Amino acid sequence: MSDHPPDLPLTEPADAGTDPALERQLLVLDVNGAAHEVLCEPRRTLVDVLRHDLGLTGTHVGCEHGVCGACTVLLDGRPVRACLLFAVQAEGAAVRTVESLSDGRELSDLQQAFADHHALQCGFCTPGFLMLAEGFLAERPDAGRTEIRELVAANLCRCTGYQPIVDAIHGCATARRAVRREN
Amino acid sequence: MKPAAFRYHRARDADGAVRLLAELGEEAKALAGGQSLVAMMAYRLARPRHLVDIGGLRELDRLRTDADGALRVGALTTHHTVERAPDSLLGPGFAVVRETMRWIGHLPIRTRGTAGGSLAHADATAEWCLLAVALDAELHVLGPHGTRRIAAADFFLGPYTTALEPDELLVEIVFPHPAPYAAVTEFAERRGDFALASAAVVLDRDGGTVRGGRVALGGVGPVPLRAAAAERVLADGGTFAECARAAADALPEEGRGAAYRRQLIRTLVRRACEEADAR
Repeated sequence: MSDHPPDLPLTEPADAGTDPALERQLLVLDVNGAAHEVLCEPRRTLVDVLRHDLGLTGTHVGCEHGVCGACTVLLDGRPVRACLLFAVQAEGAAVRTVESLSDGRELSDLQQAFADHHALQCGFCTPGFLMLAEGFLAERPDAGRTEIRELVAANLCRCTGYQPIVDAIHGCATARRAVRREN
Repeated sequence: MKPAAFRYHRARDADGAVRLLAELGEEAKALAGGQSLVAMMAYRLARPRHLVDIGGLRELDRLRTDADGALRVGALTTHHTVERAPDSLLGPGFAVVRETMRWIGHLPIRTRGTAGGSLAHADATAEWCLLAVALDAELHVLGPHGTRRIAAADFFLGPYTTALEPDELLVEIVFPHPAPYAAVTEFAERRGDFALASAAVVLDRDGGTVRGGRVALGGVGPVPLRAAAAERVLADGGTFAECARAAADALPEEGRGAAYRRQLIRTLVRRACEEADAR
Protein backbone atom coordinates (compact mmCIF):
# COMPACT_ATOMS: atom_id res chain seq x y z
CA MET A 1 0.00 0.00 0.00
CA SER A 2 2.05 2.93 1.22
CA ASP A 3 5.56 3.07 2.56
CA HIS A 4 4.68 6.20 4.50
CA PRO A 5 5.30 5.68 8.22
CA PRO A 6 1.87 5.29 9.84
CA ASP A 7 2.74 7.55 12.76
CA LEU A 8 3.37 10.62 10.60
CA PRO A 9 0.48 12.71 9.39
CA LEU A 10 0.31 12.93 5.60
CA THR A 11 -0.28 16.64 5.75
CA GLU A 12 0.62 19.22 8.29
CA PRO A 13 -2.24 19.86 10.70
CA ALA A 14 -4.32 22.84 9.68
CA ASP A 15 -4.17 25.84 11.93
CA ALA A 16 -7.57 27.44 11.85
CA GLY A 17 -6.11 30.76 12.99
CA THR A 18 -3.45 31.28 10.34
CA ASP A 19 -4.09 28.78 7.57
CA PRO A 20 -5.22 30.77 4.54
CA ALA A 21 -6.55 27.54 2.98
CA LEU A 22 -9.47 27.78 5.36
CA GLU A 23 -10.38 31.24 4.13
CA ARG A 24 -12.99 31.57 1.49
CA GLN A 25 -14.32 34.69 -0.12
CA LEU A 26 -17.54 35.56 -1.84
CA LEU A 27 -17.13 36.59 -5.46
CA VAL A 28 -19.58 37.91 -7.96
CA LEU A 29 -18.62 36.92 -11.50
CA ASP A 30 -20.24 38.02 -14.74
CA VAL A 31 -20.14 34.92 -16.93
CA ASN A 32 -21.88 34.82 -20.30
CA GLY A 33 -24.02 37.78 -19.31
CA ALA A 34 -25.28 36.38 -16.02
CA ALA A 35 -24.12 37.28 -12.50
CA HIS A 36 -22.93 34.32 -10.41
CA GLU A 37 -22.07 34.28 -6.73
CA VAL A 38 -19.23 31.94 -5.86
CA LEU A 39 -17.75 31.14 -2.47
CA CYS A 40 -14.19 29.93 -2.99
CA GLU A 41 -10.61 30.07 -1.82
CA PRO A 42 -8.54 32.91 -3.31
CA ARG A 43 -6.26 30.36 -4.95
CA ARG A 44 -9.09 29.01 -7.09
CA THR A 45 -8.30 29.77 -10.71
CA LEU A 46 -10.96 31.08 -13.06
CA VAL A 47 -10.99 27.85 -15.05
CA ASP A 48 -11.66 25.79 -11.90
CA VAL A 49 -14.49 28.10 -10.86
CA LEU A 50 -16.03 27.89 -14.33
CA ARG A 51 -15.88 24.09 -14.39
CA HIS A 52 -16.37 23.07 -10.77
CA ASP A 53 -18.44 25.85 -9.23
CA LEU A 54 -20.48 26.95 -12.24
CA GLY A 55 -20.62 23.62 -14.07
CA LEU A 56 -19.51 25.24 -17.32
CA THR A 57 -17.38 22.31 -18.45
CA GLY A 58 -17.11 23.50 -22.04
CA THR A 59 -13.90 25.27 -21.03
CA HIS A 60 -11.23 22.60 -20.80
CA VAL A 61 -8.18 22.56 -18.60
CA GLY A 62 -4.95 21.06 -19.82
CA CYS A 63 -1.56 22.08 -18.51
CA GLU A 64 -2.65 24.41 -15.68
CA HIS A 65 0.33 26.67 -16.20
CA GLY A 66 -0.43 28.74 -19.24
CA VAL A 67 1.19 26.75 -22.01
CA CYS A 68 -1.53 24.77 -23.79
CA GLY A 69 -4.36 27.29 -24.18
CA ALA A 70 -7.16 24.72 -23.72
CA CYS A 71 -8.69 26.99 -21.05
CA THR A 72 -8.82 30.14 -23.20
CA VAL A 73 -11.85 32.32 -22.46
CA LEU A 74 -12.65 35.96 -23.16
CA LEU A 75 -12.22 38.58 -20.48
CA ASP A 76 -13.83 41.86 -21.56
CA GLY A 77 -13.70 40.50 -25.10
CA ARG A 78 -10.00 39.58 -25.09
CA PRO A 79 -8.64 36.04 -25.05
CA VAL A 80 -6.94 35.06 -21.78
CA ARG A 81 -5.68 31.85 -20.15
CA ALA A 82 -8.25 31.01 -17.49
CA CYS A 83 -5.63 28.94 -15.63
CA LEU A 84 -3.34 31.96 -15.22
CA LEU A 85 -6.01 34.04 -13.57
CA PHE A 86 -7.40 33.65 -10.09
CA ALA A 87 -11.17 33.86 -10.22
CA VAL A 88 -11.07 36.79 -7.83
CA GLN A 89 -9.14 38.77 -10.46
CA ALA A 90 -12.04 38.40 -12.88
CA GLU A 91 -14.46 40.27 -10.63
CA GLY A 92 -15.79 43.31 -12.44
CA ALA A 93 -14.96 41.95 -15.89
CA ALA A 94 -17.21 40.22 -18.42
CA VAL A 95 -16.21 36.56 -18.85
CA ARG A 96 -17.28 34.70 -21.98
CA THR A 97 -16.88 30.97 -22.37
CA VAL A 98 -17.43 28.63 -25.31
CA GLU A 99 -20.99 28.06 -24.08
CA SER A 100 -21.81 31.62 -25.16
CA LEU A 101 -21.04 30.99 -28.83
CA SER A 102 -24.26 29.19 -29.63
CA ASP A 103 -27.76 28.84 -28.22
CA GLY A 104 -27.38 25.06 -28.20
CA ARG A 105 -29.54 24.54 -31.29
CA GLU A 106 -27.44 26.03 -34.04
CA LEU A 107 -23.67 26.37 -34.25
CA SER A 108 -22.15 29.84 -34.58
CA ASP A 109 -20.47 30.66 -37.88
CA LEU A 110 -17.06 30.11 -36.29
CA GLN A 111 -18.06 26.72 -34.87
CA GLN A 112 -19.58 25.74 -38.20
CA ALA A 113 -16.35 26.71 -39.96
CA PHE A 114 -14.42 24.41 -37.60
CA ALA A 115 -16.81 21.57 -38.48
CA ASP A 116 -16.69 22.30 -42.21
CA HIS A 117 -12.89 22.39 -42.33
CA HIS A 118 -12.41 19.36 -40.05
CA ALA A 119 -10.54 21.60 -37.67
CA LEU A 120 -10.91 19.15 -34.79
CA GLN A 121 -10.37 15.49 -34.20
CA CYS A 122 -10.37 14.63 -30.48
CA GLY A 123 -11.87 18.04 -29.67
CA PHE A 124 -10.05 18.61 -26.40
CA CYS A 125 -8.36 21.82 -27.56
CA THR A 126 -11.34 23.08 -29.57
CA PRO A 127 -13.06 25.32 -26.97
CA GLY A 128 -9.75 27.10 -26.43
CA PHE A 129 -9.17 27.60 -30.14
CA LEU A 130 -12.73 28.82 -30.64
CA MET A 131 -12.45 31.47 -27.93
CA LEU A 132 -8.98 32.45 -29.10
CA ALA A 133 -10.31 32.98 -32.62
CA GLU A 134 -13.52 34.64 -31.42
CA GLY A 135 -11.61 37.29 -29.46
CA PHE A 136 -8.98 37.73 -32.16
CA LEU A 137 -11.42 38.18 -35.08
CA ALA A 138 -13.45 40.74 -33.12
CA GLU A 139 -10.32 42.90 -32.95
CA ARG A 140 -8.69 41.92 -36.24
CA PRO A 141 -11.55 41.17 -38.67
CA ASP A 142 -9.30 41.76 -41.67
CA ALA A 143 -6.54 39.41 -40.57
CA GLY A 144 -4.92 37.29 -43.26
CA ARG A 145 -3.52 33.79 -43.10
CA THR A 146 -0.07 34.84 -41.84
CA GLU A 147 -1.50 36.63 -38.85
CA ILE A 148 -3.86 33.71 -38.16
CA ARG A 149 -0.97 31.25 -38.28
CA GLU A 150 0.86 33.33 -35.73
CA LEU A 151 -2.27 33.50 -33.58
CA VAL A 152 -2.87 29.75 -33.40
CA ALA A 153 0.68 29.17 -32.18
CA ALA A 154 -0.78 30.28 -28.84
CA ASN A 155 -2.64 27.00 -28.34
CA LEU A 156 -1.65 23.36 -28.59
CA CYS A 157 -3.45 20.92 -30.87
CA ARG A 158 -1.96 17.45 -31.10
CA CYS A 159 -4.36 16.02 -33.71
CA THR A 160 -4.87 18.30 -36.65
CA GLY A 161 -1.47 19.69 -37.53
CA TYR A 162 -3.08 23.16 -37.36
CA GLN A 163 -3.65 23.56 -41.10
CA PRO A 164 -7.43 22.89 -40.90
CA ILE A 165 -7.68 25.22 -37.88
CA VAL A 166 -6.05 28.01 -39.87
CA ASP A 167 -8.41 27.22 -42.76
CA ALA A 168 -11.45 27.37 -40.48
CA ILE A 169 -10.55 30.71 -38.88
CA HIS A 170 -9.57 32.18 -42.23
CA GLY A 171 -12.76 30.81 -43.80
CA CYS A 172 -14.90 32.33 -41.06
CA ALA A 173 -13.13 35.69 -41.35
CA THR A 174 -13.56 35.69 -45.13
CA ALA A 175 -17.28 34.86 -44.86
CA ARG A 176 -17.81 37.60 -42.28
CA ARG A 177 -16.06 40.10 -44.55
CA ALA A 178 -18.34 39.11 -47.43
CA VAL A 179 -21.42 39.66 -45.24
CA ARG A 180 -20.04 43.02 -44.13
CA ARG A 181 -19.56 44.12 -47.75
CA GLU A 182 -23.13 43.15 -48.64
CA ASN A 183 -24.58 45.19 -45.81
CA MET B 1 -0.75 21.66 -10.13
CA LYS B 2 -2.85 23.95 -7.98
CA PRO B 3 -1.19 26.94 -6.33
CA ALA B 4 -0.63 26.78 -2.57
CA ALA B 5 -3.10 28.69 -0.43
CA PHE B 6 -2.60 32.39 0.15
CA ARG B 7 -4.44 35.38 1.51
CA TYR B 8 -5.75 37.80 -1.08
CA HIS B 9 -5.62 41.56 -0.67
CA ARG B 10 -6.99 43.96 -3.24
CA ALA B 11 -5.19 47.29 -3.38
CA ARG B 12 -7.34 50.41 -3.86
CA ASP B 13 -4.48 52.68 -4.94
CA ALA B 14 -0.70 52.57 -5.32
CA ASP B 15 -0.06 54.06 -1.86
CA GLY B 16 -2.37 51.49 -0.32
CA ALA B 17 -0.55 48.69 -2.14
CA VAL B 18 2.79 49.90 -0.78
CA ARG B 19 1.36 50.15 2.75
CA LEU B 20 0.07 46.59 2.46
CA LEU B 21 3.39 45.30 1.11
CA ALA B 22 5.25 47.04 3.96
CA GLU B 23 2.89 45.57 6.54
CA LEU B 24 2.94 42.03 5.16
CA GLY B 25 6.70 41.90 4.60
CA GLU B 26 8.62 39.36 2.57
CA GLU B 27 5.79 36.81 2.60
CA ALA B 28 3.81 39.04 0.24
CA LYS B 29 4.01 39.46 -3.52
CA ALA B 30 2.37 42.06 -5.72
CA LEU B 31 0.09 40.53 -8.35
CA ALA B 32 -0.23 42.47 -11.62
CA GLY B 33 -1.29 40.50 -14.72
CA GLY B 34 -0.06 37.28 -13.15
CA GLN B 35 1.30 35.76 -16.35
CA SER B 36 4.58 34.82 -14.69
CA LEU B 37 3.61 34.73 -11.02
CA VAL B 38 0.49 32.55 -11.36
CA ALA B 39 2.40 30.04 -13.51
CA MET B 40 5.19 29.92 -10.93
CA MET B 41 2.61 29.45 -8.19
CA ALA B 42 1.03 26.62 -10.18
CA TYR B 43 4.43 24.92 -10.22
CA ARG B 44 4.79 25.89 -6.54
CA LEU B 45 8.09 27.52 -7.38
CA ALA B 46 6.48 30.52 -5.71
CA ARG B 47 4.41 30.12 -2.55
CA PRO B 48 3.63 33.62 -1.31
CA ARG B 49 1.45 33.69 1.81
CA HIS B 50 -0.11 36.96 0.70
CA LEU B 51 -0.93 38.40 -2.70
CA VAL B 52 -1.53 42.11 -3.06
CA ASP B 53 -3.57 42.48 -6.24
CA ILE B 54 -2.69 45.74 -7.96
CA GLY B 55 -4.56 44.78 -11.15
CA GLY B 56 -7.33 47.27 -10.49
CA LEU B 57 -5.10 50.34 -10.24
CA ARG B 58 -6.20 52.02 -13.45
CA GLU B 59 -3.92 55.01 -12.81
CA LEU B 60 -0.97 52.72 -13.61
CA ASP B 61 -2.45 51.63 -16.92
CA ARG B 62 -1.46 54.46 -19.23
CA LEU B 63 0.82 55.23 -22.08
CA ARG B 64 1.91 58.72 -23.03
CA THR B 65 4.71 60.77 -24.51
CA ASP B 66 6.01 63.85 -22.73
CA ALA B 67 6.60 67.25 -24.26
CA ASP B 68 10.34 66.53 -23.98
CA GLY B 69 9.91 63.44 -26.15
CA ALA B 70 10.13 60.80 -23.41
CA LEU B 71 7.81 57.79 -23.49
CA ARG B 72 6.13 57.01 -20.17
CA VAL B 73 4.66 53.56 -19.71
CA GLY B 74 2.51 52.94 -16.64
CA ALA B 75 3.50 49.71 -14.92
CA LEU B 76 0.12 48.07 -15.52
CA THR B 77 0.04 48.77 -19.25
CA THR B 78 -0.40 45.40 -20.95
CA HIS B 79 1.85 44.20 -23.74
CA HIS B 80 -1.27 44.11 -25.89
CA THR B 81 -2.11 47.76 -25.21
CA VAL B 82 1.39 48.71 -26.36
CA GLU B 83 1.15 46.37 -29.36
CA ARG B 84 -2.05 48.09 -30.49
CA ALA B 85 -1.09 51.66 -29.56
CA PRO B 86 -1.69 54.19 -32.34
CA ASP B 87 1.06 56.46 -33.66
CA SER B 88 -0.44 59.33 -31.69
CA LEU B 89 0.60 57.55 -28.49
CA LEU B 90 3.67 55.75 -29.73
CA GLY B 91 5.29 57.84 -32.44
CA PRO B 92 8.06 56.79 -34.81
CA GLY B 93 10.64 57.41 -32.11
CA PHE B 94 9.30 54.49 -30.13
CA ALA B 95 7.97 52.18 -32.81
CA VAL B 96 10.60 49.70 -31.63
CA VAL B 97 8.77 49.36 -28.31
CA ARG B 98 5.52 48.51 -30.07
CA GLU B 99 7.19 46.12 -32.49
CA THR B 100 8.99 44.25 -29.73
CA MET B 101 5.66 43.23 -28.17
CA ARG B 102 5.01 40.57 -30.80
CA TRP B 103 7.93 38.57 -29.41
CA ILE B 104 6.28 38.29 -25.99
CA GLY B 105 4.50 34.96 -25.48
CA HIS B 106 1.22 34.74 -27.34
CA LEU B 107 -1.86 36.95 -27.69
CA PRO B 108 -3.66 35.56 -24.58
CA ILE B 109 -0.51 36.20 -22.54
CA ARG B 110 -0.08 39.70 -23.94
CA THR B 111 -3.67 40.67 -23.11
CA ARG B 112 -2.96 40.10 -19.39
CA GLY B 113 0.79 40.48 -18.93
CA THR B 114 2.06 43.95 -18.01
CA ALA B 115 5.21 45.97 -18.63
CA GLY B 116 5.83 46.47 -14.92
CA GLY B 117 5.14 42.85 -14.05
CA SER B 118 7.62 41.68 -16.64
CA LEU B 119 10.33 44.07 -15.45
CA ALA B 120 9.79 43.26 -11.77
CA HIS B 121 9.85 39.53 -12.56
CA ALA B 122 13.19 40.08 -14.39
CA ASP B 123 13.49 36.93 -16.45
CA ALA B 124 16.90 37.11 -18.17
CA THR B 125 15.28 36.73 -21.59
CA ALA B 126 12.30 39.07 -21.07
CA GLU B 127 11.76 41.56 -23.87
CA TRP B 128 10.84 44.49 -21.60
CA CYS B 129 14.08 43.99 -19.65
CA LEU B 130 16.08 44.02 -22.87
CA LEU B 131 14.27 47.16 -24.07
CA ALA B 132 14.86 48.89 -20.73
CA VAL B 133 18.61 48.24 -20.89
CA ALA B 134 18.93 49.03 -24.60
CA LEU B 135 16.90 52.27 -24.42
CA ASP B 136 18.38 53.38 -21.09
CA ALA B 137 15.01 53.41 -19.32
CA GLU B 138 14.45 54.90 -15.92
CA LEU B 139 12.26 52.90 -13.56
CA HIS B 140 10.07 54.83 -11.15
CA VAL B 141 9.48 52.99 -7.93
CA LEU B 142 7.07 53.85 -5.14
CA GLY B 143 7.96 52.89 -1.58
CA PRO B 144 6.76 53.78 1.92
CA HIS B 145 8.94 56.90 1.86
CA GLY B 146 8.05 58.15 -1.59
CA THR B 147 9.33 57.56 -5.10
CA ARG B 148 12.82 56.85 -6.30
CA ARG B 149 14.20 56.45 -9.80
CA ILE B 150 16.42 53.55 -10.76
CA ALA B 151 18.34 53.38 -14.03
CA ALA B 152 17.73 50.13 -15.93
CA ALA B 153 21.47 49.41 -15.70
CA ASP B 154 21.17 49.34 -11.89
CA PHE B 155 17.77 47.65 -11.68
CA PHE B 156 18.54 44.08 -12.70
CA LEU B 157 20.74 42.33 -10.15
CA GLY B 158 20.43 38.74 -11.35
CA PRO B 159 17.90 36.25 -12.68
CA TYR B 160 14.53 37.11 -11.12
CA THR B 161 16.31 39.58 -8.85
CA THR B 162 15.93 43.34 -9.00
CA ALA B 163 16.75 46.39 -6.92
CA LEU B 164 13.11 46.52 -5.76
CA GLU B 165 12.64 46.18 -2.00
CA PRO B 166 9.79 43.92 -0.81
CA ASP B 167 7.72 47.01 0.06
CA GLU B 168 8.35 48.82 -3.20
CA LEU B 169 6.19 48.92 -6.28
CA LEU B 170 7.35 49.67 -9.82
CA VAL B 171 4.88 52.31 -11.02
CA GLU B 172 6.25 53.74 -14.25
CA ILE B 173 8.86 53.07 -16.90
CA VAL B 174 10.32 56.11 -18.64
CA PHE B 175 12.16 55.82 -21.93
CA PRO B 176 13.92 59.19 -22.08
CA HIS B 177 15.18 59.26 -25.67
CA PRO B 178 13.33 58.48 -28.89
CA ALA B 179 15.06 55.71 -30.84
CA PRO B 180 13.86 55.94 -34.44
CA TYR B 181 16.58 53.60 -35.73
CA ALA B 182 16.21 50.65 -33.41
CA ALA B 183 15.19 47.02 -33.64
CA VAL B 184 14.80 43.97 -31.43
CA THR B 185 15.00 40.41 -32.62
CA GLU B 186 15.25 37.06 -30.94
CA PHE B 187 15.26 33.32 -31.43
CA ALA B 188 13.18 30.75 -29.56
CA GLU B 189 12.72 27.05 -30.22
CA ARG B 190 9.07 27.70 -30.96
CA ARG B 191 7.35 31.01 -31.55
CA GLY B 192 6.23 32.42 -28.22
CA ASP B 193 8.61 30.39 -26.08
CA PHE B 194 11.21 32.02 -23.90
CA ALA B 195 13.96 33.30 -26.15
CA LEU B 196 17.22 31.37 -26.26
CA ALA B 197 18.88 34.65 -27.10
CA SER B 198 17.81 38.13 -28.12
CA ALA B 199 19.42 41.29 -29.41
CA ALA B 200 18.47 44.95 -29.38
CA VAL B 201 20.25 47.55 -31.49
CA VAL B 202 19.78 51.32 -31.30
CA LEU B 203 21.66 53.18 -34.00
CA ASP B 204 22.78 56.82 -33.86
CA ARG B 205 22.44 58.02 -37.40
CA ASP B 206 23.48 61.27 -38.93
CA GLY B 207 21.56 61.40 -42.17
CA GLY B 208 22.35 58.07 -43.79
CA THR B 209 25.57 57.51 -41.85
CA VAL B 210 25.79 55.38 -38.72
CA ARG B 211 27.79 57.26 -36.08
CA GLY B 212 27.52 54.67 -33.34
CA GLY B 213 24.91 52.88 -31.34
CA ARG B 214 23.91 50.71 -28.46
CA VAL B 215 23.79 46.94 -28.54
CA ALA B 216 22.09 44.94 -25.78
CA LEU B 217 21.83 41.16 -25.51
CA GLY B 218 19.35 38.96 -23.71
CA GLY B 219 19.71 35.32 -22.73
CA VAL B 220 23.52 35.39 -22.62
CA GLY B 221 23.89 36.32 -18.97
CA PRO B 222 21.93 36.58 -15.72
CA VAL B 223 20.53 39.96 -16.84
CA PRO B 224 20.34 41.78 -20.20
CA LEU B 225 23.82 43.10 -20.99
CA ARG B 226 25.27 45.85 -23.15
CA ALA B 227 27.78 44.56 -25.66
CA ALA B 228 30.60 47.10 -25.28
CA ALA B 229 32.86 45.55 -27.91
CA ALA B 230 30.08 45.60 -30.50
CA GLU B 231 29.27 49.22 -29.65
CA ARG B 232 32.91 50.18 -30.15
CA VAL B 233 32.80 48.68 -33.65
CA LEU B 234 29.76 50.83 -34.49
CA ALA B 235 31.40 53.96 -33.07
CA ASP B 236 34.55 53.26 -35.10
CA GLY B 237 32.59 52.99 -38.33
CA GLY B 238 32.76 49.20 -38.66
CA THR B 239 30.26 47.17 -40.63
CA PHE B 240 27.23 45.46 -39.13
CA ALA B 241 28.89 42.10 -39.75
CA GLU B 242 31.95 43.23 -37.77
CA CYS B 243 29.72 44.56 -35.01
CA ALA B 244 27.88 41.22 -34.82
CA ARG B 245 31.14 39.29 -34.74
CA ALA B 246 32.45 41.47 -31.92
CA ALA B 247 29.27 40.83 -29.91
CA ALA B 248 29.63 37.07 -30.40
CA ASP B 249 33.39 36.99 -29.76
CA ALA B 250 32.92 38.66 -26.38
CA LEU B 251 30.80 35.72 -25.16
CA PRO B 252 32.36 32.76 -23.32
CA GLU B 253 33.87 30.06 -25.53
CA GLU B 254 33.48 27.29 -22.97
CA GLY B 255 30.35 25.72 -21.56
CA ARG B 256 27.33 23.87 -22.77
CA GLY B 257 25.93 25.35 -25.96
CA ALA B 258 28.51 28.16 -25.98
CA ALA B 259 29.42 27.77 -29.64
CA TYR B 260 25.78 27.69 -30.66
CA ARG B 261 24.97 30.74 -28.56
CA ARG B 262 27.81 32.70 -30.13
CA GLN B 263 26.56 31.77 -33.57
CA LEU B 264 23.04 32.80 -32.60
CA ILE B 265 24.14 36.17 -31.22
CA ARG B 266 26.18 36.86 -34.33
CA THR B 267 23.13 36.28 -36.51
CA LEU B 268 20.71 38.16 -34.26
CA VAL B 269 22.91 41.25 -33.82
CA ARG B 270 23.51 41.51 -37.53
CA ARG B 271 19.79 41.11 -38.21
CA ALA B 272 18.88 43.75 -35.59
CA CYS B 273 21.47 46.17 -37.03
CA GLU B 274 20.06 45.77 -40.52
CA GLU B 275 16.46 46.14 -39.37
CA ALA B 276 17.32 49.22 -37.30
CA ASP B 277 19.13 50.76 -40.25
CA ALA B 278 16.25 50.02 -42.65
CA ARG B 279 13.72 52.15 -40.71
